[in-house]
Amino acid sequence: MSGTEKSCYHCALPVPPGAHYLVEIDREPREMCCRGCQAVAQTIIDNGLADYYRHRTAMPAVGHEVVPEEVQKLALYDHPGIQKSFVRQDGEHVREASLILEGITCAACIWLNERHLKQLPGILQVQVNYATHRARITWDDQAIHLSKILEEIQLLGYNAHPFNAERQEGLRRQRRAKDLRRIAIAGLSAGQVMMLAVALYAGAAFGIEASTAALLRWASLILTLPVVFYAALPFYDSAWNALRGRRLNMDVPVAMAIVGAFTGSVWATSHGSGVVYYDAITMFSLFLLSSRFLEHAAQEKSVEAAENLLKLAPAMAVRVENGQHLPVPVMELNEGDAILSKPGEAIAADAEVIEGESTVDEALLTGESRPVPKSAGARVIAGSINLAGPLLLRVTSVGENTVLAGIVRLLDRAVAEKPRLAQLADRVASHFTVVLLILAAVVGGVWWWLEPARAFEIVLAMLVVTCPCALSLAAPTAFAAAGSHLLRHGILLTRGHALETMAKVNHVVFDKTGTLTYGKPVLRRIVTLAELDEQRCLVLAASLEQASEHPLAQSLLSRVAQPELLQVADARNLPGKGVSGAIAGLRYSLGSSALSGLPAVGLPDDLPQGATLVWLCDAQRALAVFVISDGLRPQARELVERLKATGVRVTMLSGDAADAVSHIAAEAGIESWHAAQRPEDKLAKLREFQQRGDVVAMVGDGVNDAPVLAGADVSIAMGGGTQVARASSDIVLLSENLLDIRRALQTGHDSMAVMRQNFAWAIVYNLLALPFAALGMIPPWLASIGMSASSLVVVLNAMRLR
Amino acid sequence: MTQILFFLLGMAVVMVIIAGAGIFWAIKSGQFDDMEGPAQRILMDDDDPMIPRYTDSQRKK
Repeated sequence: MSGTEKSCYHCALPVPPGAHYLVEIDREPREMCCRGCQAVAQTIIDNGLADYYRHRTAMPAVGHEVVPEEVQKLALYDHPGIQKSFVRQDGEHVREASLILEGITCAACIWLNERHLKQLPGILQVQVNYATHRARITWDDQAIHLSKILEEIQLLGYNAHPFNAERQEGLRRQRRAKDLRRIAIAGLSAGQVMMLAVALYAGAAFGIEASTAALLRWASLILTLPVVFYAALPFYDSAWNALRGRRLNMDVPVAMAIVGAFTGSVWATSHGSGVVYYDAITMFSLFLLSSRFLEHAAQEKSVEAAENLLKLAPAMAVRVENGQHLPVPVMELNEGDAILSKPGEAIAADAEVIEGESTVDEALLTGESRPVPKSAGARVIAGSINLAGPLLLRVTSVGENTVLAGIVRLLDRAVAEKPRLAQLADRVASHFTVVLLILAAVVGGVWWWLEPARAFEIVLAMLVVTCPCALSLAAPTAFAAAGSHLLRHGILLTRGHALETMAKVNHVVFDKTGTLTYGKPVLRRIVTLAELDEQRCLVLAASLEQASEHPLAQSLLSRVAQPELLQVADARNLPGKGVSGAIAGLRYSLGSSALSGLPAVGLPDDLPQGATLVWLCDAQRALAVFVISDGLRPQARELVERLKATGVRVTMLSGDAADAVSHIAAEAGIESWHAAQRPEDKLAKLREFQQRGDVVAMVGDGVNDAPVLAGADVSIAMGGGTQVARASSDIVLLSENLLDIRRALQTGHDSMAVMRQNFAWAIVYNLLALPFAALGMIPPWLASIGMSASSLVVVLNAMRLR
Repeated sequence: MTQILFFLLGMAVVMVIIAGAGIFWAIKSGQFDDMEGPAQRILMDDDDPMIPRYTDSQRKK
């Protein structure tokens, strides 16, 4: 309607024409795109937290609307039986819990949550970890309840889930502390020893008294002890494990170099002759320890982010016993239990309907995007969403036996078939190690025969100068740098091989619903058929939908401000058909054309195909038609264009009917598409592509996509998708920005290039240095400088990826 | 000459031990748990500003 498109001050989405949601921020009225954003912004302003808007560097995640039912559901978290699994009691009333925060996009979000929660009475302590998006909250249960805390977080536009922190995090914290202590020791020693080494080198060049040199060497020996006997322990462990398993890894020559160099240096020190390598030992350990720490940290960050997605929160169900409603954890459900499923909630277990009538959204499990009606005797699947009315269910199977668990199993199998490119680098390195060790032995033997006094010294110089430092850092540093670069842009790598494979991808396969499109219905157009104008029709329709749980209702309701809604008398919900009610004495109905029994006439021809038409009628005639369809994400077209420009094939596979799919495909510019695909069909198509020699990246979001995602060479899930989809994918787009797929491909290419350069450099350096060391032409100071410089080059090269 | 070296080297070892103990304590007390948060947090003004911000009426003057 208007030429200049305004964007929402809170979430930056475009403000739909005709929407008026104003909030005064810093004395300026700001426009919002929907009621959800308006409510969140108002809460932030009312609590004096307007600084959030000044400090934020990224827009909030979209799509959080506070639904009253959800707030009610939070009350279940106050139940002591459920709290048992994740709340720690500290004294009589003081409790502590860990929460996963969803929707954190920048530092201002953390600040906002911390500040807001600290203002609440009864909150004793709030600590949000910026890196992991997890909060530790301590509260006084007399003054405030957990449900209230969760509700307050929701009011700010975030979602919080309690999780059991003790299991994984404790172990990880311990390991991290141990790693840090080793680095600290190695760093302190390296600093001191290097200082003394400078004096020794200067002495070697300009002359030094023998007694002074001896003193400096003894001091270096003492300072090196903690490194050799504490900091370097992990290398010995790993080398020993490898040798016991009759394998060779990078740590074997590392451990040999450290132990050998130390033994040689101690011998030289006590005899007052020969060369010492204390500086090389400490530097070497420090470099290796810190690079491995960084690598671990990057991995852990990914694991933690993935865990956050999986939400370790206990799922709950309401069990009906002797007419009483008891909230219980899903794990405690048994076959034959009666459970109550409320509208808007996910169904806890596979079950049979005993009582009630409703429609159920099974889109995530079967790909069927339209709600399925259910009445007594019908079967429902765990994980599907109850849309319309309460259902009394009898549990037919739990846990391992549910359909959802079956999909997860299918997934496990597909995951096992993954290509294992990552191991190649390790194999090359272990071959190098074998060659190096054999060469050292041969060279040592030759020198022993020629000049026994120098043999030990030369073998040591060889091991130090060709120390596989640069080689062992080549791949991990590149991966760590690329991973943190991607994470900063909201792209999460969940498996190590993803980057390698991304570099080779030449075919991208998209799911439709929720991937190329938003996955939820959006009001596209209003066609008026009588004298009432668009705005009036919209208000009437939204008012009728007030009580409805139907997903289409949300698309209408979100376009009308709360106070404008009209009072509806005698509201009736006709499952599968629509709603009707009386407004200001006149009877209206809203739903499919069948509901009114009136002929569908007067529609323009250019309506988008595959859209749902919702009719607003009064007693005599049709007043308006609302055209509602799933909207294409704005970046979809640009992404497809760019992919094609770089020679990547693009295909769309969808479970929906052909007309809806062809329409979206045309809009996104995709020529190759297949409609009405079941998960098995999608997987078969994928295999077909792979047999043709394509390296396929699959982008999806639903549970039905999970086996396909796992079968692809590399899989990408939308951050807003289902948990199973995210768990089975290699890359998660937390940003939900499709263009990031392009970025991930690019980073894959870049990191492969950097890795190749690193390997080339490490190998060339080693091949050049080896003959000189073998000929006894490399003095100790040059050996350690060469070692450090070669590693530094590798690390700095990798940092270019950040 | 040698005596002063003895003293300095001894001091170096003692300093290393003190610094090491300090770092171990810092690690134990969780100061390294979140490496990014504090860097970001310092940029946020937690306290209310002492100087009142300009209001619309003042701006118009």
